Amino acid sequence: MLRITQSQFEALRRHGEETYPHECCGVLLGQFEDDGTRRVTSIARCGNTRDDSPHNRYNIDPRELIRIQREGRERGEDIVGFYHSHPDHPAQWSSTDLAEAHWLGCSYVITAVEKGRAAVTNSFELKGSDENDKQFSDEKVEID
Amino acid sequence: MSKIHIPTPLRQYAGKQAAIAVNGGTVGDALSDLVSKHPDLRRHLYTDDGKLRAFVNVYLNDEDVRYLQKEATAVKDSDTISIVPSIAGGR
Repeated sequence: MLRITQSQFEALRRHGEETYPHECCGVLLGQFEDDGTRRVTSIARCGNTRDDSPHNRYNIDPRELIRIQREGRERGEDIVGFYHSHPDHPAQWSSTDLAEAHWLGCSYVITAVEKGRAAVTNSFELKGSDENDKQFSDEKVEID
Repeated sequence: MSKIHIPTPLRQYAGKQAAIAVNGGTVGDALSDLVSKHPDLRRHLYTDDGKLRAFVNVYLNDEDVRYLQKEATAVKDSDTISIVPSIAGGR
């Protein structure tokens, strides 16, 4: 399960509206709780480096991620997940999303943005023990 | 000793530690020391033929080692190595 505040949830959805018709992307920071819940305490917007195809692909610059990770560490936060948008496409993970997902145990939040307006937002946990058996699993999003 | 930051998904294979002190004069040596201390990390970082997995980015401080001397890049005790699995996708 993913726990997130209303303002963070709205902020990541708004990000998808702002970058429409391109995909947005960002990082969810917080804590892994004992019951497996990922609690988000802050979000970090990232740039989409896929200038060649930003309407249907995203990539986060690892250097930007290292900076976000370092700043989060100083606040006592870990990376617990990521978010991106699907412009004019359902909020469901794609084969590309799965192939390029490598952070096992983290949440991947997807927002469908229809004609510039954020529609459905879903979250998926990347489960599995390694690259061979990884899979996305629907997860509940609890908004505080 | 230099320090390697472990990303959250791999910490379960590294004694739940966020950072690990390692020996080694190059990035390759430092990574070898890491997997010798925590063998369960090996299959997550390397392919069966011993190459770093394509999606595993290794940074020395703020530089991608692919644009330095790759695994032969020299490491000082004050350096920080970060293992950063890529984050990408799309509809």
